[in-house]
Amino acid sequence: MSARPPRTVTVEALARVEGEAGFSVKIRKGEVIAAALNVFEPPRFFEALLRGRAFTEAPDLTARICGICPVAYQMSAVHAMESLCEVPVGGALRDLRRLLYCGEWIESHALHVAMLHAPDFLGYESALHLAKDRPDVVTDALRLKKAGNDLVTLVGGREIHPVSVKVGGFWKTPSREALRAFTPRMEDARERALGLLKLVSGFSFPDFDRDLPLVALRHPDEYPMNEGRIVSTSGLDLAVAEYERAFFEEHLPRSNALHSGMTGRGPYLVGPLARYSLNFDRLSPLAQEAAREAGLSESCRNPFRSIVVRAVETVYACDEALRLIARYEPPAEPAVDVAPRAGTGCAATEAPRGLLYHRYRIDGAGIIRNAKIVPPTSQNLKAIEKDLSLFARAHLGLDTKSLTLRLEQVVRNYDPCISCATHLLTIDRDDR
Amino acid sequence: MPRKRSAKPKLAVWKFASCDGCQLSILDCEDELLALAGAVEVANFLEASRAVSPGPYDLSLVEGSITTPHDAERIHGIRRASKLLVTIGACATSGGLQALRNFADVTAWVPAVYAAPDAIETLRTSTPIANHVRVDFELPGCPVSKEQLLGVVAAVLQGRPPVLPSHGVCLDCKRRGVVCVAVAAGLPCLGPVTRTGCGALCPSFGRGCFGCFGPVKDPATDALAPVLRAAGLSDPDLVRIYRTFQAAAEPFRKASEAHERPSA
Repeated sequence: MSARPPRTVTVEALARVEGEAGFSVKIRKGEVIAAALNVFEPPRFFEALLRGRAFTEAPDLTARICGICPVAYQMSAVHAMESLCEVPVGGALRDLRRLLYCGEWIESHALHVAMLHAPDFLGYESALHLAKDRPDVVTDALRLKKAGNDLVTLVGGREIHPVSVKVGGFWKTPSREALRAFTPRMEDARERALGLLKLVSGFSFPDFDRDLPLVALRHPDEYPMNEGRIVSTSGLDLAVAEYERAFFEEHLPRSNALHSGMTGRGPYLVGPLARYSLNFDRLSPLAQEAAREAGLSESCRNPFRSIVVRAVETVYACDEALRLIARYEPPAEPAVDVAPRAGTGCAATEAPRGLLYHRYRIDGAGIIRNAKIVPPTSQNLKAIEKDLSLFARAHLGLDTKSLTLRLEQVVRNYDPCISCATHLLTIDRDDR
Repeated sequence: MPRKRSAKPKLAVWKFASCDGCQLSILDCEDELLALAGAVEVANFLEASRAVSPGPYDLSLVEGSITTPHDAERIHGIRRASKLLVTIGACATSGGLQALRNFADVTAWVPAVYAAPDAIETLRTSTPIANHVRVDFELPGCPVSKEQLLGVVAAVLQGRPPVLPSHGVCLDCKRRGVVCVAVAAGLPCLGPVTRTGCGALCPSFGRGCFGCFGPVKDPATDALAPVLRAAGLSDPDLVRIYRTFQAAAEPFRKASEAHERPSA
């Protein structure tokens, strides 16, 4: 190859991601000189509008940050408030929250795996195009996704912005009969999840192992959802309250965005790859076996294979939901009383896309005085930009059209949720 | 509606400031999605497809509110390219939760979130689509009801005017036989002043309505005030209860401002 014309690979508006973003990669003289993810989603200022609100409003208000993972926001909010007020919530209420989260993982992962990500590997513009040739694949995935949504509805009242979650528990808890009646649906979903895993494990993946630190929660007994310590492959092992000492955020005028980094190390990864690689031993036997059959080892560092890991986590979430349903006995009360207490509290939970950190300061009357929210996508931004640069560098021989599609895929590997990250990211009109 | 030959009607979905939840509702119609995709040409739906085809569009569904100078321009192009424009959800129909900025000084908020505030371009208000362009139909809700969404899309595609029920949530409780949470449990409830669409979801969970489908026509917010006070709400609580996802809907805005004044 002799002629190496300068080129810029630009995607103005990225499809099949949640929210509005694009990217550009500049190539000059066979070198990648810049790679940037541009977010033009308008900021919505959630941290600011939370000030002056009642502490009990946080779960409903922060749910509106994201229509795809509202449960994650509700879970981080209620756990932060309960930690602040020193009221632990256990027993069946704790199980129900985990069950609700299982529903969100199932619907969110099924959406991303089948509707947003798989078309890249199968060569289609969308799942709707894919459905014309492979209706079975899309129909199966939709049924799986619906089971997740129906589980969220059963526990939370509706699939988008559930209404039953409150600080201290739930407004109403489901009857034992109502949950048991859902067992066949969840068994069917688990079968479909195994089928989906089998399908995606047969895709071909470029070699692209990354060496960034992986960060996730880790719990003594469970695959992490609502609780745990923050651990990393680089040796971190922290209480959630120490999160802000180990990680920083910066607003770079270059990219017009707040990016998270690990103090002293820079980029890191949260999300399915991190959860899986740090918690393989906490998966159910069925999910472990399915992962091995899908060709995964106990750790996975190739973002292109995240689709396989998401499918494994979907199998796990179905399996875990069945376990929680089988042992459910309704609690005596749908919620415990939580009296406000002046102070600061925080929590981190595992949103489908990774660690979601909330911190609040409230006064003695329960009014929020300060709020900080760090969504998973903000934490992955540095890694995404780095991936764009590295992948382009390794594939400069591709023509612009192929390279563009591959680079789109590099971003979609992370299932980025731009709506989530919006309050931390700004408009970049010039790059639109 | 007139169409070129036998081509399918072109459907476009657009996003402004929002959480994505209302357009996700389309993908959440798991049982109907493939039928819908078969009945229309999905000409622009970035969350679902890379395939984009140019206008004109027979039906544009618009999610989100106008919060930036650029978006205030962009909506005009979408209007010009669309035969029918339907807004979906609270953000697009009343400004959404981000319209809380309308009651504050948003320029003071920017440094609360961003370290380099000069890089942020934002309007002082979050406004509904109808403040900027002609809107053919508005679908309320935070989020929208899937059933209402499908009903409206089906009606529009069949050339019928869409119709939504306009009664209050209160009536839904009576119809469903849900025990009144205000009377029986003394909970603050916006059911009497909030439009139906959810099927009285919150009261059926033992919780007062928080108004996510927005106001009914001519809501009796004055009459409700003493009831809400009796349920234990202070003036600041009354301000907050009307200032959530439909804060900028005119009757809710007025009701919240009435309780903000010291004399109220």
